[in-house]
Amino acid sequence: MTKGKTYSTGRVRGIVSNLVTVAIEGPVGQNEICFIQHGDTPLMAEVIRVEGRRAFVQVFESTRGLQPGMEVTFAGHLLEATLGPGILSRNYDGLMHDLNTMTGVFLKPGEYTSALDLERQWAFEPLAEAGQTVQAGSWLGEVDENGIAHKIMVPFQLEGTYELKSVAASGEYRVEDTIATLTDEQGSEVSVSMRQKFPVKKAVRAYRDKPRPYRLLETGVRTIDTLNPIVEGGTGFIPGPFGSGKTVLQQAISRQAEADVVIIAACGERANEVVDLFAEFPELDDPWTGRKLMERTTIIANTSNMPVAAREASVYTAMTIAEYYRSMGLKVLLLADSTSRWAQALREMSNRLEELPGPDAFPMDLSAIISNFYSRAGTVNLHNGQTGSITFIGTVSPAGGNLKEPVTESTKKVARCFYALSQQRADSKRYPAIDPIESYSKYLEYPELQRTLNQEIDPDWTDKVNQLRNRLIQGKEAAEQINILGDDGVSIDTHLTFWRSEVIDEIILQQNAFDDVDARTPMARQKYMADKILEVVKTPLDFERYEEVNPYFKRVINALKQMNYSEFESEKFNRHLGELKDILGERERELEA
Amino acid sequence: MTKKAFQRIYTQVDQITKATCTVRAEGVGYEELAVVNGRLAQVVKIQEQEITLQVFGGTEGVPTNAEVVFLGRPPALKVGDTLAGRFFNAYGDPIDQGPPIDGEEREIGGPAVNPVRRKQPSELIATGIAGIDLNNTLVTGQKIPFFADPDQPYNQVMATVALRAKADRIVLGGMGLTNDDYLYFRQVFEQAGALHRIVSFINTTEDPPVERLLVPDMALTAAEYFAVDKNENVLVLLTDMTLYADALSIVSNRMDQIPSKDSMPGSLYSDLARIYEKAVQFAEGGTITIIAVTTLSGGDITHAIPDNTGYITEGQLFLRRDTDIGKVIVDPFRSLSRLKQLVIGKKTREDHPQVMNAAVRLYADAANARTKLENGFELTDYDERALAFAKAYADQLLAIDVNMDTQDMLDTTWKLFANHFSLEEVGIKKELTDRFWPENVQA
Repeated sequence: MTKGKTYSTGRVRGIVSNLVTVAIEGPVGQNEICFIQHGDTPLMAEVIRVEGRRAFVQVFESTRGLQPGMEVTFAGHLLEATLGPGILSRNYDGLMHDLNTMTGVFLKPGEYTSALDLERQWAFEPLAEAGQTVQAGSWLGEVDENGIAHKIMVPFQLEGTYELKSVAASGEYRVEDTIATLTDEQGSEVSVSMRQKFPVKKAVRAYRDKPRPYRLLETGVRTIDTLNPIVEGGTGFIPGPFGSGKTVLQQAISRQAEADVVIIAACGERANEVVDLFAEFPELDDPWTGRKLMERTTIIANTSNMPVAAREASVYTAMTIAEYYRSMGLKVLLLADSTSRWAQALREMSNRLEELPGPDAFPMDLSAIISNFYSRAGTVNLHNGQTGSITFIGTVSPAGGNLKEPVTESTKKVARCFYALSQQRADSKRYPAIDPIESYSKYLEYPELQRTLNQEIDPDWTDKVNQLRNRLIQGKEAAEQINILGDDGVSIDTHLTFWRSEVIDEIILQQNAFDDVDARTPMARQKYMADKILEVVKTPLDFERYEEVNPYFKRVINALKQMNYSEFESEKFNRHLGELKDILGERERELEA
Repeated sequence: MTKKAFQRIYTQVDQITKATCTVRAEGVGYEELAVVNGRLAQVVKIQEQEITLQVFGGTEGVPTNAEVVFLGRPPALKVGDTLAGRFFNAYGDPIDQGPPIDGEEREIGGPAVNPVRRKQPSELIATGIAGIDLNNTLVTGQKIPFFADPDQPYNQVMATVALRAKADRIVLGGMGLTNDDYLYFRQVFEQAGALHRIVSFINTTEDPPVERLLVPDMALTAAEYFAVDKNENVLVLLTDMTLYADALSIVSNRMDQIPSKDSMPGSLYSDLARIYEKAVQFAEGGTITIIAVTTLSGGDITHAIPDNTGYITEGQLFLRRDTDIGKVIVDPFRSLSRLKQLVIGKKTREDHPQVMNAAVRLYADAANARTKLENGFELTDYDERALAFAKAYADQLLAIDVNMDTQDMLDTTWKLFANHFSLEEVGIKKELTDRFWPENVQA
């Protein structure tokens, strides 16, 4: 990192797709960044293997027109993210270049824009005083970034402890201005600005420890929050065949989740889906602060037609940004859609390097790479006693919808929440198509989470969740019996068991992501509905003929659905609640008669 | 990519496979074009002086002393308004006896659109086919394939859609088209008096398969000319993308790459995405919409080609023969248009989303009833009604010979609801049934 040092150079010798071999003069490091001079344009690349005097580099751009003999300059550092105020509400490519400041309609190879606005003035307030002992991640001051107290920290790359020699007074500064001077143990000085760089493939470790997560992260999606909750600092993944609603679900979570900062890595997916975010997020309100959603969001867009090598980089860039904000004591939600595309990028490269393939031609270390990445999420206790968290949810696009494939299996080993999207549910338009029985949240087994759920929602909450789940399982069994034996071959009780589980399915599990009211259900309403549904399914009902059961429950479900579509506890809501009471009353009266 | 004053001719061919040959040469750029004994070829690998060329026309008869001339440029297409109404081969050369195109030369397979410069697609494409307009509405800037078995009339449906869609320009990319289908497209477009709006790049089964690899890029370069330079709405038809993917696997196989699922190259997803992602809504108003065909083998969508396609495209359309009514329908279960949410209920009547969903749900109930019937169980009254509804729904709406506007489709669906079901069974928001349920409309 020292300035003024000269770095190695080399020349292009061979090209296959985006893999270029370089004859090197001087030392180079694994994963070091280099630039291939293509006419006037330097193209960024990363060393991925060295053999003798030859380096294999993956180019983050199209290699069209490259020729043997072209000059290569090594940069002396790994792929880095640029961190500082002004990241929120920006749209980056996978290498953290600002997409909005690029010129022209089409991407130009080698157009590398700055991640931060270098001219903008930020109102800096110091938080530390000269003479204090500080270390990587210590808060020196803060600026207001879209209503968030953005902490200016001691750069993560600094090792050991330092004495804070001076810190700037309150005032307006640009990101490159010096705002503090540190003295290390040998007495040499280090100046610190509001901007720092950090290699994306390394985890930021500027925290004291990483406790087990224990608090619910509310998403407003009932089938998640009620049945398989994710937690602050938790990890989850959503595998599903195409058309099962992965992206719609993930976008709903990104809009509604109770997070301070949301980082979205659109990794190798459709450009129009990112355009949805670009179009909607500046308009939509953050349900938690009332500000615009875009103000808390950063989008890393490496869509499927953008260079493949940058796809892998994009998820790491996103994670590093998430770690940066976590170190400020914030709740960060990180979403990656889709991690399978990243794995495919690894496969393409491994294949070109002629490595011996693992299962389905993926690289042998795929599983290790995935678990290493997921492990960077989590809740942390910072050195100053504050806590921050990264909740990570990735989607997986299994080939052929078959969950027995390497990316799904590797992810299942590390992610604690599993939201299996079912083709069958999607086909019958039961959205979100999360299979309630296949899916799980390991966090429900955590006593510390059970404690907070029972404290914050309802003393019997975890018990009620179990009751709902058991009724869904019983309903599935009843459906199978009816299918095998026929409607008239089973008892009326079996029909009731089935239809009671249908009530849970239709009213709690299914949710219309495009309806203004139904799209997001706050926890208090989820509790109310869970209680209401349990009351409905526990009401003893009397039927003489099985033919009466289906039309009756259709009416029950219809009344409850109208409630889901109405503002909570509004006049309309209560009217449908009254209807429901009447419908239930009909059968109870018959019981008395 | 500097143009050389003179072109050197190389004659030392070291290696020849069915699709590639390797020649020793210097100063060659990656993806540059070359001519090998008169056949067009492209650089696919450079290892020092060893240049591997993919010979589009195949390597039969290429000798070790073949004359190899490098052209100093990647594949390109001459673009201009005179492209309209013309038929070209995979290299962009006219095959209709017309004059060569005089225009600006553009590299094909150019860079991606910066995602922040895209606009959200918002204009619906009306086709008159209810299986599409009602259930799977298409939007300009969308990319969507027909998933169809080879015996299904996908090319006919695609031609109908193309002609009814009010596109300024239609670009047809034919890959491995049978000569009969090629002539069919020509005739249909001619009869409709639409030839002047259409540009065609045709590779038939008679042409070498590797040539197909150029067709989508040629078609999309022409499309980008009309959409970017002329701000036009361009509809691109690509048939059959399965044959394109097969050509990719031939080349990767000849280059000794390790195949992944179904013998396809590991880069299949990226290769297909590069093409489909050219579909776009530009800020200045031009659009590129891609309707493609991916033929299946026995309806299997787990094969690598349809599977990767499904993850890239914004939905898919399935055709199926409905035996109840003896017609081909657009399958409402397996078909999906991901972009329909952007237009339905917004550019169409507000009851559209709920009517669409309710009809498909009731159609699913009919499918369950049919399974019961097949298993020899007794049907309930509801089952009988669902079956009757399904038959009318398929006949009056899902069949591909339907041609009406969206308003009529919605009214027809409400009528079918009322004929077969009670209000509660349909399960639509009360605000909508108050206004559209036929009895309420008359009242």
